Amino acid sequence: MVTTKNIWESLEKVSDPEIPVLSIVDLGIVRNVEIDKELCTVTITPTYSGCPAMHTIEQEILTTLSPIIKTEVKSTLSPAWTTDWMSENGKKKLREYGIAPPENEVDKSVLFAKPTIVPCPKCNSQDTKMISQFGSTACKAHYQCNHCLEPFDYFKCLR
Amino acid sequence: MNTKNQLYNYILEIADDSLILGQRLSEWCGHGPILEEDIALTNIALDFIGQANNLYEYAATLSENKITPDQLAFLRVDNDFKNALLVEQPNRDFAYTLARQFYFDAFRKLFFEKLIDSKDEQLSAIAEKSLKETKYHLKHSSEWIIRLGDGTEESHNRIQTAIDFLWKYTNELFEDNQAYTEILDLELGISVSALKSTWLEYVHSILTEATLTIPNSPFSQTGGRKGIHTEHLGYLLAEMQYMQRAYPNSTW
Repeated sequence: MVTTKNIWESLEKVSDPEIPVLSIVDLGIVRNVEIDKELCTVTITPTYSGCPAMHTIEQEILTTLSPIIKTEVKSTLSPAWTTDWMSENGKKKLREYGIAPPENEVDKSVLFAKPTIVPCPKCNSQDTKMISQFGSTACKAHYQCNHCLEPFDYFKCLR
Repeated sequence: MNTKNQLYNYILEIADDSLILGQRLSEWCGHGPILEEDIALTNIALDFIGQANNLYEYAATLSENKITPDQLAFLRVDNDFKNALLVEQPNRDFAYTLARQFYFDAFRKLFFEKLIDSKDEQLSAIAEKSLKETKYHLKHSSEWIIRLGDGTEESHNRIQTAIDFLWKYTNELFEDNQAYTEILDLELGISVSALKSTWLEYVHSILTEATLTIPNSPFSQTGGRKGIHTEHLGYLLAEMQYMQRAYPNSTW
Protein backbone atom coordinates (compact mmCIF):
# COMPACT_ATOMS: atom_id res chain seq x y z
CA MET A 1 0.00 0.00 0.00
CA VAL A 2 1.59 3.26 -1.13
CA THR A 3 1.04 6.19 1.24
CA THR A 4 1.43 9.92 0.62
CA LYS A 5 4.44 9.74 2.98
CA ASN A 6 6.15 7.31 0.56
CA ILE A 7 5.40 9.68 -2.31
CA TRP A 8 6.88 12.70 -0.50
CA GLU A 9 10.01 10.66 0.23
CA SER A 10 10.34 9.71 -3.45
CA LEU A 11 9.86 13.34 -4.51
CA GLU A 12 12.86 14.24 -2.32
CA LYS A 13 14.94 12.49 -5.00
CA VAL A 14 13.64 14.70 -7.83
CA SER A 15 15.99 17.65 -8.24
CA ASP A 16 15.52 21.02 -9.85
CA PRO A 17 17.29 20.75 -13.23
CA GLU A 18 18.75 24.25 -12.92
CA ILE A 19 19.84 23.94 -9.28
CA PRO A 20 20.53 20.20 -9.00
CA VAL A 21 21.53 20.49 -5.33
CA LEU A 22 17.90 21.25 -4.41
CA SER A 23 15.04 18.79 -4.52
CA ILE A 24 11.67 20.06 -5.69
CA VAL A 25 10.43 19.51 -2.13
CA ASP A 26 13.23 21.71 -0.69
CA LEU A 27 12.29 24.37 -3.21
CA GLY A 28 8.67 24.33 -2.10
CA ILE A 29 7.16 23.86 -5.55
CA VAL A 30 5.34 20.62 -4.64
CA ARG A 31 2.09 21.95 -3.24
CA ASN A 32 0.07 18.81 -2.70
CA VAL A 33 0.13 15.02 -2.95
CA GLU A 34 -3.12 13.08 -3.02
CA ILE A 35 -3.84 9.41 -3.46
CA ASP A 36 -7.28 8.39 -4.61
CA LYS A 37 -7.49 4.60 -4.87
CA GLU A 38 -4.94 3.71 -7.58
CA LEU A 39 -4.15 7.24 -8.76
CA CYS A 40 -1.66 9.69 -7.27
CA THR A 41 -2.02 13.40 -8.08
CA VAL A 42 0.97 15.66 -7.52
CA THR A 43 0.31 19.42 -7.69
CA ILE A 44 3.24 21.71 -8.49
CA THR A 45 3.58 25.47 -8.96
CA PRO A 46 6.19 27.39 -11.02
CA THR A 47 8.72 29.70 -9.35
CA TYR A 48 8.46 32.31 -12.14
CA SER A 49 5.85 32.51 -14.94
CA GLY A 50 8.44 31.69 -17.57
CA CYS A 51 10.32 29.00 -15.65
CA PRO A 52 11.60 26.76 -18.47
CA ALA A 53 12.21 23.86 -16.06
CA MET A 54 8.55 23.05 -15.43
CA HIS A 55 8.19 20.50 -18.23
CA THR A 56 11.37 18.69 -17.23
CA ILE A 57 10.26 18.62 -13.60
CA GLU A 58 6.89 17.18 -14.60
CA GLN A 59 8.60 14.45 -16.62
CA GLU A 60 11.00 13.69 -13.77
CA ILE A 61 8.10 13.28 -11.33
CA LEU A 62 6.35 10.88 -13.69
CA THR A 63 9.53 8.89 -14.25
CA THR A 64 10.22 8.65 -10.52
CA LEU A 65 6.71 7.73 -9.40
CA SER A 66 5.40 5.59 -12.25
CA PRO A 67 7.13 2.39 -11.04
CA ILE A 68 5.34 2.85 -7.69
CA ILE A 69 1.89 4.14 -8.63
CA LYS A 70 -0.11 5.57 -11.54
CA THR A 71 0.58 9.32 -11.40
CA GLU A 72 -0.68 12.56 -12.87
CA VAL A 73 0.90 15.98 -12.42
CA LYS A 74 -1.18 19.12 -12.11
CA SER A 75 0.07 22.70 -12.19
CA THR A 76 -1.43 25.55 -10.18
CA LEU A 77 -0.63 29.28 -10.11
CA SER A 78 -2.39 30.28 -6.91
CA PRO A 79 -1.28 30.83 -4.24
CA ALA A 80 1.76 32.18 -6.07
CA TRP A 81 5.11 30.64 -5.12
CA THR A 82 7.24 32.52 -2.62
CA THR A 83 10.79 31.89 -1.37
CA ASP A 84 9.24 31.57 2.11
CA TRP A 85 8.31 28.04 1.08
CA MET A 86 11.92 26.99 0.69
CA SER A 87 12.88 24.59 3.49
CA GLU A 88 15.65 25.38 6.01
CA ASN A 89 17.42 22.29 4.77
CA GLY A 90 17.15 23.65 1.23
CA LYS A 91 18.73 26.97 2.26
CA LYS A 92 21.60 25.12 3.92
CA LYS A 93 22.19 23.02 0.79
CA LEU A 94 22.18 26.15 -1.39
CA ARG A 95 24.81 27.86 0.75
CA GLU A 96 27.07 24.80 0.68
CA TYR A 97 26.64 24.67 -3.12
CA GLY A 98 27.86 28.30 -3.43
CA ILE A 99 24.52 30.06 -3.95
CA ALA A 100 23.44 32.57 -1.29
CA PRO A 101 19.95 31.61 -0.06
CA PRO A 102 17.12 34.19 0.02
CA GLU A 103 17.28 36.74 2.81
CA ASN A 104 14.00 37.77 4.40
CA GLU A 105 13.78 40.99 2.48
CA VAL A 106 12.35 41.89 -0.90
CA ASP A 107 14.68 44.26 -2.69
CA LYS A 108 12.22 45.94 -5.02
CA SER A 109 10.19 48.58 -3.23
CA VAL A 110 12.57 51.53 -3.16
CA LEU A 111 14.52 52.84 -6.13
CA PHE A 112 18.28 52.81 -5.70
CA ALA A 113 17.74 51.50 -2.19
CA LYS A 114 20.75 49.88 -0.59
CA PRO A 115 20.54 46.31 -1.90
CA THR A 116 19.83 43.57 0.64
CA ILE A 117 22.94 42.51 2.57
CA VAL A 118 23.77 39.05 1.31
CA PRO A 119 26.62 37.21 3.07
CA CYS A 120 29.16 35.60 0.75
CA PRO A 121 28.51 31.83 0.58
CA LYS A 122 32.27 31.18 0.33
CA CYS A 123 33.85 33.31 3.08
CA ASN A 124 30.72 34.51 4.91
CA SER A 125 31.76 38.18 4.67
CA GLN A 126 28.93 40.72 4.84
CA ASP A 127 30.91 43.01 2.54
CA THR A 128 29.33 42.08 -0.80
CA LYS A 129 27.89 44.06 -3.70
CA MET A 130 25.05 43.49 -6.12
CA ILE A 131 26.25 43.38 -9.73
CA SER A 132 22.83 42.88 -11.32
CA GLN A 133 19.29 42.25 -10.14
CA PHE A 134 19.00 39.58 -12.84
CA GLY A 135 21.29 36.56 -12.86
CA SER A 136 21.82 33.27 -14.66
CA THR A 137 18.19 32.21 -14.13
CA ALA A 138 15.00 34.17 -13.41
CA CYS A 139 15.18 33.32 -9.69
CA LYS A 140 18.72 34.57 -9.08
CA ALA A 141 20.58 37.91 -8.82
CA HIS A 142 24.28 38.37 -9.48
CA TYR A 143 26.56 39.41 -6.57
CA GLN A 144 30.25 39.70 -5.84
CA CYS A 145 32.13 39.47 -2.56
CA ASN A 146 34.38 42.49 -1.86
CA HIS A 147 36.38 40.46 0.65
CA CYS A 148 37.34 37.27 -1.23
CA LEU A 149 36.32 38.70 -4.68
CA GLU A 150 34.29 35.59 -5.47
CA PRO A 151 31.35 36.28 -7.82
CA PHE A 152 28.26 34.37 -6.71
CA ASP A 153 24.55 33.88 -7.33
CA TYR A 154 21.94 35.06 -4.86
CA PHE A 155 18.60 33.25 -4.83
CA LYS A 156 16.48 36.39 -4.62
CA CYS A 157 13.59 36.79 -2.26
CA LEU A 158 10.18 36.63 -3.95
CA ARG A 159 7.05 37.53 -2.01
CA MET B 1 -20.84 38.27 -28.08
CA ASN B 2 -21.55 36.14 -25.04
CA THR B 3 -19.59 36.50 -21.82
CA LYS B 4 -17.30 33.56 -22.50
CA ASN B 5 -16.39 35.01 -25.88
CA GLN B 6 -15.73 38.42 -24.40
CA LEU B 7 -13.53 36.92 -21.71
CA TYR B 8 -11.60 34.95 -24.35
CA ASN B 9 -10.85 38.13 -26.31
CA TYR B 10 -10.10 40.08 -23.16
CA ILE B 11 -7.47 37.52 -22.11
CA LEU B 12 -5.93 37.44 -25.59
CA GLU B 13 -5.41 41.20 -25.40
CA ILE B 14 -3.41 40.89 -22.15
CA ALA B 15 -1.52 37.89 -23.52
CA ASP B 16 -0.66 39.66 -26.79
CA ASP B 17 0.86 42.59 -24.88
CA SER B 18 3.08 40.14 -22.99
CA LEU B 19 4.08 38.03 -25.99
CA ILE B 20 4.95 40.92 -28.31
CA LEU B 21 6.95 42.81 -25.69
CA GLY B 22 8.68 39.56 -24.68
CA GLN B 23 9.64 38.92 -28.30
CA ARG B 24 10.93 42.50 -28.68
CA LEU B 25 13.07 42.22 -25.55
CA SER B 26 14.46 38.86 -26.62
CA GLU B 27 15.92 40.59 -29.71
CA TRP B 28 18.51 42.00 -27.29
CA CYS B 29 19.87 38.51 -26.62
CA GLY B 30 23.57 38.69 -27.42
CA HIS B 31 23.39 42.43 -28.18
CA GLY B 32 23.07 44.02 -24.71
CA PRO B 33 25.29 47.05 -24.04
CA ILE B 34 26.87 45.15 -21.15
CA LEU B 35 26.67 41.48 -20.20
CA GLU B 36 24.55 42.14 -17.09
CA GLU B 37 21.97 44.06 -19.13
CA ASP B 38 21.94 41.40 -21.81
CA ILE B 39 21.00 38.91 -19.10
CA ALA B 40 18.52 41.28 -17.43
CA LEU B 41 16.61 42.07 -20.63
CA THR B 42 16.36 38.42 -21.64
CA ASN B 43 15.32 37.45 -18.09
CA ILE B 44 12.51 39.97 -18.32
CA ALA B 45 11.64 38.71 -21.81
CA LEU B 46 11.28 35.22 -20.36
CA ASP B 47 8.90 36.46 -17.68
CA PHE B 48 6.73 38.10 -20.35
CA ILE B 49 6.67 35.01 -22.54
CA GLY B 50 5.81 32.91 -19.48
CA GLN B 51 2.91 35.22 -18.67
CA ALA B 52 1.74 35.02 -22.28
CA ASN B 53 1.87 31.23 -22.14
CA ASN B 54 -0.22 31.10 -18.95
CA LEU B 55 -2.77 33.43 -20.49
CA TYR B 56 -2.93 31.64 -23.87
CA GLU B 57 -3.33 28.32 -22.06
CA TYR B 58 -6.28 29.69 -20.17
CA ALA B 59 -7.79 31.36 -23.24
CA ALA B 60 -7.53 28.07 -25.15
CA THR B 61 -9.79 26.40 -22.58
CA LEU B 62 -12.45 29.06 -23.21
CA SER B 63 -12.32 28.86 -27.00
CA GLU B 64 -15.15 27.19 -28.88
CA ASN B 65 -12.69 25.86 -31.42
CA LYS B 66 -10.05 23.36 -30.47
CA ILE B 67 -7.01 25.62 -30.30
CA THR B 68 -3.60 25.41 -28.62
CA PRO B 69 -1.45 28.17 -27.05
CA ASP B 70 1.13 27.62 -29.80
CA GLN B 71 -1.48 28.18 -32.50
CA LEU B 72 -2.54 31.41 -30.83
CA ALA B 73 1.05 32.65 -30.82
CA PHE B 74 2.31 31.37 -34.15
CA LEU B 75 -0.64 31.06 -36.51
CA ARG B 76 -2.54 34.32 -36.19
CA VAL B 77 -1.94 37.22 -38.59
CA ASP B 78 -1.21 40.81 -37.57
CA ASN B 79 -4.85 41.99 -37.57
CA ASP B 80 -5.73 39.22 -35.10
CA PHE B 81 -3.24 40.55 -32.55
CA LYS B 82 -4.77 43.04 -30.10
CA ASN B 83 -1.61 44.25 -28.35
CA ALA B 84 -1.11 47.96 -27.70
CA LEU B 85 0.99 49.82 -30.28
CA LEU B 86 3.56 50.69 -27.61
CA VAL B 87 4.84 47.14 -27.14
CA GLU B 88 5.44 46.48 -30.86
CA GLN B 89 7.64 49.55 -31.30
CA PRO B 90 11.15 48.53 -32.38
CA ASN B 91 14.07 48.50 -29.94
CA ARG B 92 16.00 51.15 -31.88
CA ASP B 93 18.59 51.77 -29.13
CA PHE B 94 18.91 51.10 -25.40
CA ALA B 95 17.16 54.38 -24.53
CA TYR B 96 14.09 53.58 -26.66
CA THR B 97 13.95 50.07 -25.22
CA LEU B 98 14.05 51.34 -21.65
CA ALA B 99 11.58 54.18 -22.25
CA ARG B 100 9.11 51.70 -23.78
CA GLN B 101 9.69 49.32 -20.88
CA PHE B 102 9.29 52.04 -18.27
CA TYR B 103 5.96 53.27 -19.64
CA PHE B 104 4.66 49.73 -19.92
CA ASP B 105 5.95 48.37 -16.57
CA ALA B 106 4.41 51.32 -14.74
CA PHE B 107 1.09 50.49 -16.40
CA ARG B 108 1.39 46.74 -15.91
CA LYS B 109 2.06 46.97 -12.18
CA LEU B 110 -1.14 48.99 -11.63
CA PHE B 111 -3.02 46.68 -13.98
CA PHE B 112 -2.10 43.44 -12.19
CA GLU B 113 -2.62 45.01 -8.75
CA LYS B 114 -6.25 45.56 -9.74
CA LEU B 115 -6.71 42.38 -11.76
CA ILE B 116 -5.99 40.33 -8.64
CA ASP B 117 -9.52 41.28 -7.53
CA SER B 118 -11.04 39.72 -10.66
CA LYS B 119 -13.96 37.44 -9.87
CA ASP B 120 -12.44 35.02 -12.37
CA GLU B 121 -10.28 32.71 -10.30
CA GLN B 122 -7.70 31.81 -12.94
CA LEU B 123 -7.26 35.39 -14.16
CA SER B 124 -6.75 36.49 -10.57
CA ALA B 125 -4.15 33.73 -10.06
CA ILE B 126 -2.23 34.78 -13.19
CA ALA B 127 -2.30 38.42 -12.01
CA GLU B 128 -1.00 37.47 -8.56
CA LYS B 129 1.83 35.44 -10.09
CA SER B 130 2.77 38.08 -12.67
CA LEU B 131 2.66 41.01 -10.27
CA LYS B 132 5.61 39.69 -8.24
CA GLU B 133 7.79 39.68 -11.37
CA THR B 134 6.45 43.00 -12.64
CA LYS B 135 7.63 44.78 -9.49
CA TYR B 136 11.21 43.72 -10.26
CA HIS B 137 10.77 44.85 -13.88
CA LEU B 138 9.50 48.30 -12.89
CA LYS B 139 12.35 48.83 -10.44
CA HIS B 140 14.82 47.90 -13.17
CA SER B 141 13.36 50.22 -15.84
CA SER B 142 12.74 53.13 -13.42
CA GLU B 143 16.32 53.05 -12.19
CA TRP B 144 17.61 53.13 -15.76
CA ILE B 145 15.43 56.14 -16.64
CA ILE B 146 16.95 58.04 -13.71
CA ARG B 147 20.49 56.81 -14.44
CA LEU B 148 20.30 57.82 -18.11
CA GLY B 149 18.40 61.09 -17.56
CA ASP B 150 20.65 62.21 -14.75
CA GLY B 151 23.77 60.83 -16.43
CA THR B 152 25.85 62.43 -19.19
CA GLU B 153 24.66 65.00 -21.69
CA GLU B 154 24.56 62.29 -24.35
CA SER B 155 22.53 59.82 -22.27
CA HIS B 156 20.19 62.63 -21.14
CA ASN B 157 19.45 63.72 -24.69
CA ARG B 158 18.92 60.22 -25.98
CA ILE B 159 16.53 59.12 -23.24
CA GLN B 160 14.63 62.42 -23.57
CA THR B 161 14.21 61.81 -27.31
CA ALA B 162 12.92 58.29 -26.65
CA ILE B 163 10.57 59.40 -23.85
CA ASP B 164 9.14 62.12 -26.13
CA PHE B 165 8.80 59.87 -29.17
CA LEU B 166 6.99 57.03 -27.38
CA TRP B 167 4.64 59.30 -25.43
CA LYS B 168 2.00 59.21 -28.18
CA TYR B 169 1.54 55.46 -27.70
CA THR B 170 0.85 55.61 -23.95
CA ASN B 171 -2.72 56.86 -24.01
CA GLU B 172 -3.94 53.71 -25.72
CA LEU B 173 -3.10 51.69 -22.60
CA PHE B 174 -5.83 53.55 -20.73
CA GLU B 175 -8.66 53.31 -23.24
CA ASP B 176 -11.53 51.16 -22.02
CA ASN B 177 -12.75 48.91 -24.81
CA GLN B 178 -16.50 49.03 -25.41
CA ALA B 179 -16.40 45.37 -26.45
CA TYR B 180 -15.79 44.31 -22.85
CA THR B 181 -18.62 46.07 -21.00
CA GLU B 182 -19.99 42.77 -19.75
CA ILE B 183 -16.56 41.67 -18.48
CA LEU B 184 -16.32 44.90 -16.51
CA ASP B 185 -19.90 44.68 -15.23
CA LEU B 186 -19.29 41.18 -13.92
CA GLU B 187 -15.99 42.35 -12.35
CA LEU B 188 -14.02 39.77 -14.30
CA GLY B 189 -11.84 42.47 -15.85
CA ILE B 190 -10.93 46.00 -14.81
CA SER B 191 -11.33 49.53 -16.09
CA VAL B 192 -7.96 50.75 -17.38
CA SER B 193 -9.06 54.39 -17.66
CA ALA B 194 -9.25 54.47 -13.86
CA LEU B 195 -5.51 53.71 -13.65
CA LYS B 196 -4.33 56.71 -15.65
CA SER B 197 -4.00 59.35 -12.93
CA THR B 198 -1.92 57.05 -10.69
CA TRP B 199 0.23 56.12 -13.67
CA LEU B 200 0.80 59.78 -14.59
CA GLU B 201 1.75 60.60 -11.03
CA TYR B 202 4.36 57.81 -10.93
CA VAL B 203 5.78 58.61 -14.39
CA HIS B 204 6.05 62.31 -13.46
CA SER B 205 7.89 61.54 -10.24
CA ILE B 206 10.50 59.36 -11.99
CA LEU B 207 10.99 61.74 -14.94
CA THR B 208 11.42 64.65 -12.54
CA GLU B 209 14.02 62.74 -10.55
CA ALA B 210 15.73 61.92 -13.84
CA THR B 211 15.89 65.68 -14.66
CA LEU B 212 13.84 64.98 -17.79
CA THR B 213 11.11 67.13 -19.29
CA ILE B 214 7.65 65.61 -19.02
CA PRO B 215 6.09 65.29 -22.49
CA ASN B 216 2.83 67.18 -22.87
CA SER B 217 1.83 66.59 -26.47
CA PRO B 218 -1.89 65.76 -26.56
CA PHE B 219 -1.56 63.77 -29.80
CA SER B 220 -2.05 60.07 -29.36
CA GLN B 221 -1.78 57.16 -31.76
CA THR B 222 -4.12 54.23 -31.18
CA GLY B 223 -5.47 51.23 -33.05
CA GLY B 224 -3.68 48.18 -31.67
CA ARG B 225 -6.64 47.04 -29.59
CA LYS B 226 -8.71 46.94 -32.79
CA GLY B 227 -6.03 45.08 -34.71
CA ILE B 228 -4.81 48.12 -36.65
CA HIS B 229 -1.06 48.12 -36.13
CA THR B 230 2.05 50.05 -37.06
CA GLU B 231 4.17 48.51 -39.82
CA HIS B 232 6.60 47.16 -37.22
CA LEU B 233 4.36 44.31 -36.01
CA GLY B 234 4.39 42.55 -39.37
CA TYR B 235 8.18 42.26 -39.38
CA LEU B 236 8.19 41.01 -35.80
CA LEU B 237 5.61 38.32 -36.58
CA ALA B 238 7.44 37.31 -39.75
CA GLU B 239 10.50 36.49 -37.70
CA MET B 240 8.67 34.98 -34.72
CA GLN B 241 6.32 32.81 -36.79
CA TYR B 242 8.72 31.82 -39.55
CA MET B 243 9.33 28.27 -38.38
CA GLN B 244 5.66 27.28 -37.96
CA ARG B 245 4.76 28.94 -41.27
CA ALA B 246 7.53 27.24 -43.21
CA TYR B 247 7.20 23.85 -41.50
CA PRO B 248 3.61 23.60 -40.23
CA ASN B 249 3.18 21.57 -37.03
CA SER B 250 6.90 20.93 -36.71
CA THR B 251 8.06 19.99 -33.23
CA TRP B 252 11.48 19.49 -31.67
